Amino acid sequence: MLNFQDLILTMERYWAQRDVTIQQPYVVEVGAGTMSPHTFLRVLGPQPWSVAYVQPSRRPADGRYGDNPNRLFQHHQYQVILKPSPDNVQDLYLGSLAAIGIDPAEHDIRFVEDNWEAPTLGAWGTGWEVWLDGMEITQFTYFQQVGGMEVRPVSAEITYGLERIAMYLQHVDNVYDLKWVGDLTYRDVYHQAEYEFSKYAFEVADIGVLRASFENYEREASRCIHQNLVLPAYDYVLKCSHVFNILDARGAFGTAQRAEYMGRVRSLARLVARAWVDRGHEEAADNGDK
Amino acid sequence: MAISEKGPMRDAVLEIGVEELPARFMRQALADARTYITDALASARLEASEVCVYGTPRRIIVLLRQVAPRQNDLVREVRGPAARAAYDSEGRPTRAAMGFARSVGAAVEELVSRPTPQGDYVYATVTEGGRPAGAVLAEVFPQTIAAMSFPKPMRWGSHDFRFARPIRWILALLGAEVIPFDTHAVSSGRATWGHRTLAPGAHEIESAEEYLPRLRELGVMVDPEERAESIRRQAESLTSSIGGQAVIDPELLEEVTFLVEWPRAFVGRFAEDYLKLPEACVITPMKDHQRYFPVRDGRGNLMPVFVGVRNGGDLGIDIVTAGNEKVLAARLADARFFYEEDMKRPLAERVDDLRGVVFQERLGTMYEKAVRVGRLASDLLRGAPEAALVERTALLAKADLVTSVVREFTELQGVMGREYALRQGEDMAVADAIFEHYLPRFAGDILPASLLGAALSIADKIDTLVGYFSIGLVPSGSADPYALRRQAAGAVLVHTEWRFQVGLDSLAARAASLFGKDGAAEDGAPRAQVVQDVLAFVRARLKASLEEAGLRHDIADAVLAAGFGHPACVFERAHAVAQVVDESWFAALATAGSRVRNIAMKAETDAFSPALFQDDAERELFDAAKSMEADVRASIEARMSGFVDRTAYVSALERMSVVCPVIDKYFEKVMVMVDDEAVRNNRLAMLKWVSGVLSMVIDLSTIVFAGG
Repeated sequence: MLNFQDLILTMERYWAQRDVTIQQPYVVEVGAGTMSPHTFLRVLGPQPWSVAYVQPSRRPADGRYGDNPNRLFQHHQYQVILKPSPDNVQDLYLGSLAAIGIDPAEHDIRFVEDNWEAPTLGAWGTGWEVWLDGMEITQFTYFQQVGGMEVRPVSAEITYGLERIAMYLQHVDNVYDLKWVGDLTYRDVYHQAEYEFSKYAFEVADIGVLRASFENYEREASRCIHQNLVLPAYDYVLKCSHVFNILDARGAFGTAQRAEYMGRVRSLARLVARAWVDRGHEEAADNGDK
Repeated sequence: MAISEKGPMRDAVLEIGVEELPARFMRQALADARTYITDALASARLEASEVCVYGTPRRIIVLLRQVAPRQNDLVREVRGPAARAAYDSEGRPTRAAMGFARSVGAAVEELVSRPTPQGDYVYATVTEGGRPAGAVLAEVFPQTIAAMSFPKPMRWGSHDFRFARPIRWILALLGAEVIPFDTHAVSSGRATWGHRTLAPGAHEIESAEEYLPRLRELGVMVDPEERAESIRRQAESLTSSIGGQAVIDPELLEEVTFLVEWPRAFVGRFAEDYLKLPEACVITPMKDHQRYFPVRDGRGNLMPVFVGVRNGGDLGIDIVTAGNEKVLAARLADARFFYEEDMKRPLAERVDDLRGVVFQERLGTMYEKAVRVGRLASDLLRGAPEAALVERTALLAKADLVTSVVREFTELQGVMGREYALRQGEDMAVADAIFEHYLPRFAGDILPASLLGAALSIADKIDTLVGYFSIGLVPSGSADPYALRRQAAGAVLVHTEWRFQVGLDSLAARAASLFGKDGAAEDGAPRAQVVQDVLAFVRARLKASLEEAGLRHDIADAVLAAGFGHPACVFERAHAVAQVVDESWFAALATAGSRVRNIAMKAETDAFSPALFQDDAERELFDAAKSMEADVRASIEARMSGFVDRTAYVSALERMSVVCPVIDKYFEKVMVMVDDEAVRNNRLAMLKWVSGVLSMVIDLSTIVFAGG
């Protein structure tokens, strides 16, 4: 039976053996692996790119003070990007399940239509949620548009929910009972953090300070874009997004205002995506000159 | 193998192998494929005894039985030179004739001369030999793939073409031969892929004739009807052994059918304790999230079991069952948590939260909508005891939108509202009306069974229509993103059923006055125009239903032109007219009515005075029309109040026809367009009034008479 750590290591090994670059989690707070620049920016433009990484993903509104057996402030995604999407992408995916001990023949694995959409990123794609005996364990997406632009070539994104899969493999009903490694449990590692971050997001976060931070990050993001510093600009977009999520969990927005803040994040994300693509063209042109 | 004159008849098969297709696309995709291939074969003159279309999540299949070996010959006539240029004076073919014959491959003596409007010309009969079936299908098959369209097509890899999901293989066979073509970056061949777990990988198929039996060996039941039937049978036999019966919702069965290539049903269980929850809280997570069939016992009570369907065989079925049970347990635990949270605060206390829920960005909050709906519905209920309850019920009716269960399962709006209201001690009538105000939810749905529910249902829909129209969100062509046609049709149905005194026309006007200060949305269209547009929209729905009911379109127009605020009367008037339209007295009435109307159109005023009558015929018509008006009005009102049956409209028309001879006499004796202006205007104004009286049931001038 795989502990949580071995589950990650097995994934890393499996994808590394298939010529996928193993990267590290991104260090700015994100709500999903898709938001890491390893995905959001790299799927834009023509260059091939294959990457896999763990991404701790923070969703303040999902925090439950460590009391809920299934819901977490921060969960772990295993994110794989294959650009362009290879013809055997589904087989590669099923192979990864076999590698972690899920033999498709003994289970019921189903690809059920689920089209992914992230309005704040100006992104959507077609694909499935993958069911393992009725449980959703993976989101599988062919990106069609990112940052408001059609992507060519199309990338396949495979996002595994590591806690869900581990709970299935370890036969536990409570996420905190997961074995991380040896006798160390998920509770030992994350329970206190779940409590503190939930308490912070729902009760303590200073709305005035965070609103000011949002404004500052937003300004800094635009300043960077104008200096053609796309990556620092994108970091500030991510910070805006995270601060927005905390404010949202704290109940700081009315409906109209919530939509307005989302709109502001979206337009920044689009600007960054646009700038990344334009710069890609310039670099290609520069290389062509040399 | 059947042998035709030109060779053996063989089967042909096209299998488009794809990554898992969305279940909801499949029916339409298969129907489109059948239409396309049938048309393509017809225009290619290639015969097949049968076109079969099948589909699974991973393949779209076209199977052609007994395909003719070649296209049918095409025989056609080609026109050549003029006869006088083709033959010399002695009737011998000229060089022109010989050249023409050579160019079309005919012998010169086979040419025939035939008269045309331009003079005589020579013609040759040309037979184009049909090409072999394989060559034709190598064009038709890829064209079929290219012609398929889907609601949300996608790109993949580095390609620019689109399909519902990536195409991974194409099998194309005519008998034992591969039909070769390339499309969507795939070359056709004889390989298929078996069921993902029952027969993984690629397998070669010997011939089209062997395709179906081989696919079955490879763990694929290609025919959706067979899979559906198998699921139904398995579900029934599994549940009958435990004393229950699976509830097979046709839509869910359809979806499950297109989620599996080889269905294997299993029974799972959940804790009996969950049965204490409202049924909807148990059934919805089962059906919507997990695609399970619920099970009821002999008395119709829900049992703590479900039927799931796995894609594959028996291997590991216990693991699969246990896994599914665990997932459902977590979902039911969530549902119970939401439900218990919801029960902590009664609906009545949640009403205020509706101020934070947007109805439509430019039309304000749900709270404001609920207040308007309450006012509108109280207009409908004036005088009825339910009027006392209606404004509060309208607010409660939307309050379940701010409960956790409805946030999680939006389709339970109304259902949970009723449930919470009952469990929190609200009146039964109030609880039922909360549920009923959403009715009808879809075509063929039940209608409100209570007066309170009916009034709220109509008010809710009219408010939505007027609101959306006032900010220009109007359906155009086939695009109706806010389902406003359904709202209008729903309002018409409920009004028809409940025969409210207040018509839809005055209701729409009242609804507009309830929006904002001036009766228009802040930045929206002016009130009168909005009301007019909404009514035109309602009228179009009514016209469609009249025609669906088999009524002639001129009768529908005639009836609608006389007013349509009370749709129940519209239907009855239309049926009355349909019943008498062939009677001679009715034709006479229509003629008289049109005659009056044509001249009355010249009237410039409405006022007239019997003091200005100069002829007895004027007085006579005035008296006859006056008593007729009183009688007709009385029968219409008696009908609208339900005192008399629907034959009231036939009697009203018959009563009208009594004035026909008086009208004829009037036109015989009276010259309307006299020079004396006062007399002329008096006559025109009276005729205008008579014309109005004659239009109380229908606009007589629009009926079309055979031969007339």
